[in-house]
Amino acid sequence: MTTTTPSRPSRQTPKPFRFDAAAIRRDFPLLQQQMRGKPLAYLDNAATSQKPQAVIAAIARYYNSLNANIHRGVYELSADATEAYEKARSKAAQFIGAYDPREIIFVRGATEAINLVASSWGFISIKPGDEIIVSALEHHSNIVPWQMVCQRQGAVLKVIPMNDAGELDLDAYAKLLNYRTRMVAVTHISNALGTINDVERITTMAHDAGAKVLIDGAQSVPHLAVDVKALGCDFFVFSGHKVFGPTGIGVLWARAQLLEAMPPYQGGGDMIASVTFEKTTYNVIPAKFEAGTPHIAGAIALASAFDYVNNIGFDAIAAQERDLLDYATQELSRVSGLKILGTAAHKAAVISFNLDGVHPHDVGTILDGEGVAVRTGHHCCQPVMDRLNVPATVRASFAFYNTRDDVDRLVAALGRVKEVFG
Amino acid sequence: MSDLRELYQEVILDHSKHPRNSRALPAANHHADGHNPLCGDRLKLYVQVDNGVISDIGFTGAGCAISTASASMMTEALKGKTIAEAEATFQRFHHMLTGAPDEQPPEEEVEALGKLGAFAGVREFPVRVKCATLAWHTLQAALKDQPAPASTE
Ligand SMILES: Cc1ncc(COP(=O)(O)O)c(C=O)c1O
Repeated sequence: MTTTTPSRPSRQTPKPFRFDAAAIRRDFPLLQQQMRGKPLAYLDNAATSQKPQAVIAAIARYYNSLNANIHRGVYELSADATEAYEKARSKAAQFIGAYDPREIIFVRGATEAINLVASSWGFISIKPGDEIIVSALEHHSNIVPWQMVCQRQGAVLKVIPMNDAGELDLDAYAKLLNYRTRMVAVTHISNALGTINDVERITTMAHDAGAKVLIDGAQSVPHLAVDVKALGCDFFVFSGHKVFGPTGIGVLWARAQLLEAMPPYQGGGDMIASVTFEKTTYNVIPAKFEAGTPHIAGAIALASAFDYVNNIGFDAIAAQERDLLDYATQELSRVSGLKILGTAAHKAAVISFNLDGVHPHDVGTILDGEGVAVRTGHHCCQPVMDRLNVPATVRASFAFYNTRDDVDRLVAALGRVKEVFG
Repeated sequence: MSDLRELYQEVILDHSKHPRNSRALPAANHHADGHNPLCGDRLKLYVQVDNGVISDIGFTGAGCAISTASASMMTEALKGKTIAEAEATFQRFHHMLTGAPDEQPPEEEVEALGKLGAFAGVREFPVRVKCATLAWHTLQAALKDQPAPASTE
C-alpha cells in the first residue's frame, strides 16, 4: 500500500466503504506468519497492534539514510533528521485534531504521558484536600500515577462507578464532582471491556466544576477519528504501538498554556535554554518536556502509521470493526456456557468473556494451540475484574485487518477447549 | 494438539475438577499465601508439621487447571512425608519442568515423581510453568514461615 500525505480535512471527508481485507492483510508481514503450525489469528490488538510494511520500512529508512541526532548538528543530515522528527510532530497534531504542533510532546507511551502530567501538572496544581477522579474502567496506568500524586500531596482519589454492563454511572459522577475536584482522568475506550465512554459529557461536567480533564486515548486512536478540540479535554494521551506504530513512542497532547505553566518532568539536554551551575533556564515547549535524545526513528515511523491509517480512513475502519464486533458477539453468544463481560450499548470491537468451568488461562493455552492469539488475565485492570467478580477474562480484541474468518477460528478453537475439558 | 493432551492429562483434569485436600486448616502450624500475578491465581496453603513430618496439609483458592491440579496433587504426594523428602520432591519436580522444552526430561526422574510426573508436559509450555510451581513455592514460604506472599514473579 502506498501512503499519501493527507491534508488535514481529508480524514473528515467520508470515503465510500470499500474494504479489501485481503489486500490490507498483505500489508502486514506478521499476519502472514504461522503460530504453532497454524495460520495466525491475531486477536490481541488491545495489547498491541501489528505493523504495516510502511511503518517497518520507515524505521529502516531512517537508520539507512537519515540517522543523526536532532536539534544539534549544523550539518545537513542532522537538519534533515530534525525536519523529519518535527514533521512527525505536526502529523501527530493533525491526527488528533490539534492546531499547534507545540502542544505535542513525544513520550514513550500512554503510561509515560500520564506520569508526566500527574507529576508535573500535579506538582503545581494539587494541594492537600484536593480531589482527583478516575473511573472504575481505568487501566492501572491511569490509576497508579494519580494514587502516587494523592499520597505525595495529601489529595483524595475518587472513582466513578460502573454498572454490570461496564458503563460508567454519570449520575454518580455528577455527585463526586465538587469545588475540590482538580482533575478527572478517564479512558476514552476501556481496554478490558470495550466500553466507549461519553468523554465529551464527562469533560463538560468536569469543566463546569472547574476541574481539568485527561483522556486516556490508548484504545481510541486506533479505532476512531479523535478530535481533541471537539472532545474539549485538557490532556490527551496515547501509545504509538497500539495504533500500528512502533513501541517506545507515544504522545501527550495538552493545551499550550497548561504546558507552559508546568515545570519540566525530566532534566537534561534539549530541554534547556541555558545552563550554568547557578541557574538553568528551560527551553520553550515542546522541547521543555523532551529531555535527552528522543526516539527519533519511532516518531518518524509513527507518522507513517498515521499516514497508513488515514489512507484507509476511519469510516472504513469503523465499518469493518462494527461488522467484526457484531459478528463475533453473535457467534460467541451461541457458544454454550460462554458469558460476555462488558455489554455496553456503545462499544468498541473488544470482547471479554469467560467459559463456564474453565479458567481463562487454560482457554488461552488451548486457543494458542489452534493458532488463535488472545489475551487472558486481568488486562491491567484488576479493579474491573474485582467489580465483575472474576479473577480474569479471555479477551478478543480486533483491528481492521481482522476478518470474519478470524472469528470463526476463535469459535472453532473454543470447541477444542470443550473437548479437552469435557 | 498432541502437546495439549500431554499438558492436560486425565489425572490433571481430574484433580483440577475435584481437588483433594482443598480445605482450610486454621490450626495448622505453618501457612502462606501464594500469588501468580500473570493469571491472577491466589492460593492459601496450610501445613501441619509434627516432628519434621507433614502430618496434614490443605489449600484454598481459585486458579487455572494447572495450578489447582498441582496444588491438589502436591498435597496428596506430601502428606506423611518428611520436610527433607518434600524438599527433594520439589527439586525433582522443578527440574522436570524447567529443562529445555525440546528435550525430554530423564525418564527415571519422571518415574521417581510418581503421579506428579503427569506435569512433565508443562515443560513444552514455558508460560505455564509458573502455574505448576505456584503451590510448591507457596509450600517453601510456609515452611520458612515467610510473612510476605510467595509470588511466581
Ligand atoms: C486504556 C489503556 N491505557 C493505557 C495503557 C498503557 O499503554 P502503554 O503500556 O503503551 O504505556 C494501555 C495499554 O494496555 C491501555 O489499554
